[in-house]
Amino acid sequence: MSNENELSHRFEINGRDFSNAGRASTSIKEILQEIGIDSSIIVRAAIASYEAEMNVVMYARRAVLTLNVTPEKLHLKLEDEGPGIENIDLAMKEGFSTATDEMREMGFGAGMGLPNIKKNADEFEISSTPGKGTTIKITISLDSTENK
Amino acid sequence: MKLKEIIEKLQLKVLAGQDKLDVEVTGGYTSDLLSDVIANSKEGNLWVTLQTHQNIIAVAKLKDLAGIIIVNNREPDEDTLQKANEENVPLIGSEEMAYEVAGKLYELISS
Repeated sequence: MSNENELSHRFEINGRDFSNAGRASTSIKEILQEIGIDSSIIVRAAIASYEAEMNVVMYARRAVLTLNVTPEKLHLKLEDEGPGIENIDLAMKEGFSTATDEMREMGFGAGMGLPNIKKNADEFEISSTPGKGTTIKITISLDSTENK
Repeated sequence: MKLKEIIEKLQLKVLAGQDKLDVEVTGGYTSDLLSDVIANSKEGNLWVTLQTHQNIIAVAKLKDLAGIIIVNNREPDEDTLQKANEENVPLIGSEEMAYEVAGKLYELISS
């Protein structure tokens, strides 16, 4: 927050912490509302950060989610420590999920998480090292819907 | 239509989040998959589901949903009730199944 034109926030997310799941994405939404970001952008950022957050809660040990907003762009970066993803192409397929039965009963594991993140991003990057963790970076452009 | 009118007309039971019943309902969304609701529900929708665990509150909060109707007389977990009150998300119970609740809600809102 030191730079007037740039805002940065960092959130820690813990694996299996279902009771705090959704906190980081709710905070992100509130921050974006406070700084007057267009509501259609906020919805996209909220969906992407929620799915990213839930992936950590369900699969990883811990992660850091960073929000960075410049006058032109909104960036979200998620770096997790966890099992990683063996086959990213497969993980990106709608409907594919490695969720347990317990998670599915809770309404997770629809195989929509990563596709939802990608759909709501203008730029999407994912990299993963099996056994170590996964990093996801997304960018949403603020230009197109800017209200002057 | 206001949420409190819907609750009255469909004879639903308010389980938590009593302070936010004055909200305008824009429509409904019926699903038990959280990713589906996050992706496709719209602001002001009333969410019809059988899920009872605490994570439904964050979903409703993030999408600015009008409230959640839990069907089939299922009882929400204690921490779900607590979160709903903390976050001011109306949690409403129905004895009927999702098909019936959604049908009545649809008729009521579109009439």
